[in-house]
Amino acid sequence: MTKRKPYKRELPTDWWLKHAFYTKYMIREGSSVLITLYSLILAWGVLRLSQGEAAFNGWLEALQSPFSIFIHLLALALALYHTITWFSLAPKAVDLWLKGKRLEDKVIVAGHYGAFAVVTVFCLLIITL
Amino acid sequence: MSETTEKTYKRSHEPVFWGLFGAGGMLTAFLTPVMILITGILIPLGIINSQNFSYEKIHGFATTWYGAVIVLVLVALPLWHTLHRIFHALHDIGINRGRDWQQVICYGFAFAASIFVFTLLLQMF
Amino acid sequence: MSELMIEIDVLRYRPEMDEKPFTQMFEVPYTPDMSILEALQYIKDHLDSTISFRWSCRMAICGSCGMMVNGVPKLGCKAFLRDYYPKKVSLEPLANFPIERDLVVVMDDFIKKLEEVKPYIIPEKEKCLSEGTYQQTPEQMAKFKQFSMCINCGLCYAACPQYALDNKFTGPAALALLARYNRDSRDGGEAQRMKIVNQEEGVWGCTFVGYCSVVCPKDVDPAAAIQLLKVESSKDYLIGMFKPE
Ligand code: SF4
Ligand code: FES
Repeated sequence: MTKRKPYKRELPTDWWLKHAFYTKYMIREGSSVLITLYSLILAWGVLRLSQGEAAFNGWLEALQSPFSIFIHLLALALALYHTITWFSLAPKAVDLWLKGKRLEDKVIVAGHYGAFAVVTVFCLLIITL
Repeated sequence: MSETTEKTYKRSHEPVFWGLFGAGGMLTAFLTPVMILITGILIPLGIINSQNFSYEKIHGFATTWYGAVIVLVLVALPLWHTLHRIFHALHDIGINRGRDWQQVICYGFAFAASIFVFTLLLQMF
Repeated sequence: MSELMIEIDVLRYRPEMDEKPFTQMFEVPYTPDMSILEALQYIKDHLDSTISFRWSCRMAICGSCGMMVNGVPKLGCKAFLRDYYPKKVSLEPLANFPIERDLVVVMDDFIKKLEEVKPYIIPEKEKCLSEGTYQQTPEQMAKFKQFSMCINCGLCYAACPQYALDNKFTGPAALALLARYNRDSRDGGEAQRMKIVNQEEGVWGCTFVGYCSVVCPKDVDPAAAIQLLKVESSKDYLIGMFKPE
């Protein structure tokens, strides 16, 4: 008769709080909640835009409330966290080979940050011009 | 040990959503921070003059064909990224009931919001 | 001379007498060059001969000594007491696998998954011996070499929450191994293996947590293999739309 009796450990629902790596993963995934909210704020802005000048100005004014600023600061922090994690994982999805050598991870990541800087400055320029 | 009959494989439709997720994620990584900075912080605080974000300017932009496309992409595409993540995160935190409905609701939400913005832009033309 | 001692907690489970696992503490003489595996051997030789754990090579190549060291999947022979001393070390069997006994886990599902991905070269067309060998340039080999370094230790499965949540998921090592054969210029079995990749339980069970690549003792980078396979699977999906089988 077999004495085998394999023991299965249950995964606790809060497994992602038990280890810093998993917690960071969940923050990365969770950044989507505030980014969703931000997209909805913009969608709301498009609605107000379609309703005429007064409505649009109302939307702009609502954005000035301290609560709105606070939410946007939070969203900005999480969006930046998304950017950092996205860039750091980017090399894993890239399969570029130069002369029989895989393009180095560092190069790919640096390329992303370079483009990010250019895009950011460009956006700030066109909006202020 | 190994089976002699070839097992049947079922293709997942995930590539469709993954493609949109990837495109949205890319856009979010590059543009969302500066967008939040501009519309949510610099303009409301008056650090950038709100004249730069006036009704005439934005309306004028959104009613050109390219402007409309840009606005649509900037507003709607990130949602395909974020709702994909939210859908999978629900599974991660152990909400396993009605995965099919969760999927319909998550992607349906992104779809509805995209259509909403699309119609508004169309109607402004 | 009083010896330096280190405390080691070991999760014990004896199927013939225990309902569930319990922790047993041992005190082991500490030296900086002592590996976790050696500490376990000390325990077995001097303190409690009933303790069970797996090992063979003692040099990070056989892949049998995987365990959780303070909650992190590690090879017992490649982790050293000096990195924990004077703090206590806690040892548990690899996460996400059923416990057979003490630090020994049931790996059947993992092995089954490795077998399922057709981990052998499937030539485009069989060559006769007299036609000579299948040749490959160093560049062609570089495309898959990294993914071929796996020692089947299972650390990546213990690191993968998606495997933990749903063990139908093919998982990191098996998918890396699959990528290793798909990327081999001598192989012609890609179409067969893509069927495995394309499933929900294939690459699409992965949410890119990325911890598998961090814990891998051989720098296989299974997370990268899976991402590249996702790209391939998406291409395959597009092609499938235009030319259904
Ligand atoms: S991929 Fe790395 S961690 Fe996973 S089984 Fe192979 S050697 Fe171990
Ligand atoms: S004993 Fe062989 S890998 Fe550790």
